[in-house]
Amino acid sequence: MSFSVRATGALAACAVLATVSLAGCGGDGAAKGGGSAAIKVGLITKTETNPFFVKMKEGAVAAAKAEGAELTTAAGKFDGDNAGQITAIENMVAAGVKGILITPSDSKAIVPALQKARSAGVMVIALDSPTEPQDATDALFATDNLKAGELIGQYAKAAMAGKPAKIATLDLAPGVAVGRLRHDGFLKGYGITEGDPSVVCSQDTGGDQAKGQTAMENCLQKAPDVNVVYTINEPAALGAYTALKAKGREKDVLIVSVDGGCTGTKAVQSGQIAATSQQYPLKMAEQGVKAVVAHAKGGAKASGYTDTGVTLITDKPAGGVEAKDTAFGLQNCWG
Amino acid sequence: MTMTVTAPSPEASVSEPPLGRRLLSTPTVGPLAALLLACVFFSFNSEQFLSGGNFSLIIQQVMVVGTLAIGQTLIILTAGIDLSNGAIMAFGGILMARLAVDGTVPPLVAIALGLLVCAAFGAVNGLLVTAIPLPPFIVTLGMLNIAFALTHIYSQDQTVTGLPRELTFLGETFRVGGTSVTYGSAVTIALFLFFTYLLGQTAWGRHVYALGNSPEVARLTGIRTTRLTVGVYTVAGLVYGIAALLLVSRTGVGDPQAGQTDNLDSITAVVLGGTSLFGGRGLVIGTLVGALIVGVFRNGLQLMGVPSIYQTLITGVLVILAVTVDQISRRRNR
Repeated sequence: MSFSVRATGALAACAVLATVSLAGCGGDGAAKGGGSAAIKVGLITKTETNPFFVKMKEGAVAAAKAEGAELTTAAGKFDGDNAGQITAIENMVAAGVKGILITPSDSKAIVPALQKARSAGVMVIALDSPTEPQDATDALFATDNLKAGELIGQYAKAAMAGKPAKIATLDLAPGVAVGRLRHDGFLKGYGITEGDPSVVCSQDTGGDQAKGQTAMENCLQKAPDVNVVYTINEPAALGAYTALKAKGREKDVLIVSVDGGCTGTKAVQSGQIAATSQQYPLKMAEQGVKAVVAHAKGGAKASGYTDTGVTLITDKPAGGVEAKDTAFGLQNCWG
Repeated sequence: MTMTVTAPSPEASVSEPPLGRRLLSTPTVGPLAALLLACVFFSFNSEQFLSGGNFSLIIQQVMVVGTLAIGQTLIILTAGIDLSNGAIMAFGGILMARLAVDGTVPPLVAIALGLLVCAAFGAVNGLLVTAIPLPPFIVTLGMLNIAFALTHIYSQDQTVTGLPRELTFLGETFRVGGTSVTYGSAVTIALFLFFTYLLGQTAWGRHVYALGNSPEVARLTGIRTTRLTVGVYTVAGLVYGIAALLLVSRTGVGDPQAGQTDNLDSITAVVLGGTSLFGGRGLVIGTLVGALIVGVFRNGLQLMGVPSIYQTLITGVLVILAVTVDQISRRRNR
């Protein structure tokens, strides 16, 4: 029996030593020069794995290196993990960061935690999407999602050239600002309002390719004559394309999307998607890190909304809507 | 020392009376050593780690999963498992928040109703496990989906803000020496002490261990196993309701997306705390240690500037090691 006790203790000790050495490896790069001088910046994304946030992190790492700042990163376990983001904020404040860059998973629920961080003297910048209310953060560096939607709406209107439209919208999820803004922007760009009879089908996809495919399949059951498909992002667009192809409809349906990921941009190049509005996560993070460093060095706090830009990408320009080709898109894509 | 007392009766395997005292020494020693070593390591590697404020923070961060894990411990001790606890908590939380904010009922009644509904979810789990009977894994897998769906239907996917003070009170702090501690942390610690007493010092607790070791033997010795099992699941459900209140007080909102990975996190805490997934062996206080191990690593690595993905990696390694230790000590017991 005493053997097993000893074995337990020994194994546990081994466990800790193993993990400690692991942690040591991981810590080397990030903690270098972390004695006192380096300005600490925190980046909290929704998840670790989404290519959009991977690119965002890349931009933050590059900017932190250039500015001589020390970057720490964290993320929720899943899209919508509010509690995980709160924990990350608390730990970063405890670690003494000067500023936190965050893509809020839940625009409302994160607000109390951000208020605590700000009252502890930490500057908070929302990246990619705003909090509700927007002034719960010092500043917002993001894509104008309404404009992103408008661009593809205008493009679709021009590309249809007066043909009567039967529109399917493959949306994000109820109550998420990004999805609502892009959807509303698309309708605005197309020159219609919510409830217009030309919108024949609307389904949520969570921005997921498999769910996008299912949604499109169902839309085609409901309205086989769909000829315009708005999608919240390119994974949903590619899912829609697969569903259309199965019905032999891929040539005569116009798919438009938002995001500008590399896979999505390639799909524009190959003609699966007609046009997409490209956004720039790298820039959001880069500018965010710079703003924190500037503030820490005695500059003013960043404030208000900074538009990090959006560009319509297509190889088939239509009706005077300003656009860049996929060569430009591929140079600037993420993922 | 208690070890040698039980050694002469090997055929009795794990269900001897001195078990309670033996448990005190065996399964929690390893986890406790791991926790202390981790604390020492992080103290040397981060200036900010070793402070009352930081420890208070870690307890705040683990209190929700830790409380869920109390219920999980009870169920795992009966050789069951609960996959639905995070979802039940989310429903309880959103129910309390909406009832209180809509003003349909006074906030305290909203809290009471939330607790009751969570306990009812637990009772249904227990009834399905015993009456039909179905495997706990399947019952709670189904209940996970049901509670998740009800949460989203009832909340219409809206986060509830503007909570009355009754719901956020546990997030407020009092001072212990120079350190601010939340009332929620105190409630969590009190719950752990209460359930340590309940399991270790009462007949009910002994019966739970007996049931986990061998339901058949437990039944033959006169324990009403069906009633006991339903009771365990119901009490667990009530504990999830308390976790819901802790969650709401911590985040300050009613969040329909909450708790999605908490079922697995609570199992992690139980396993890291040295409780056997095969039932009948373990301590609720070990679960607190297990939850703290996860919290200390997450906090310590963040203070060191290590990306949070390493925390997940390390947690995975620790879980496998913990179960390995359990298996090895089981084999020696045979």
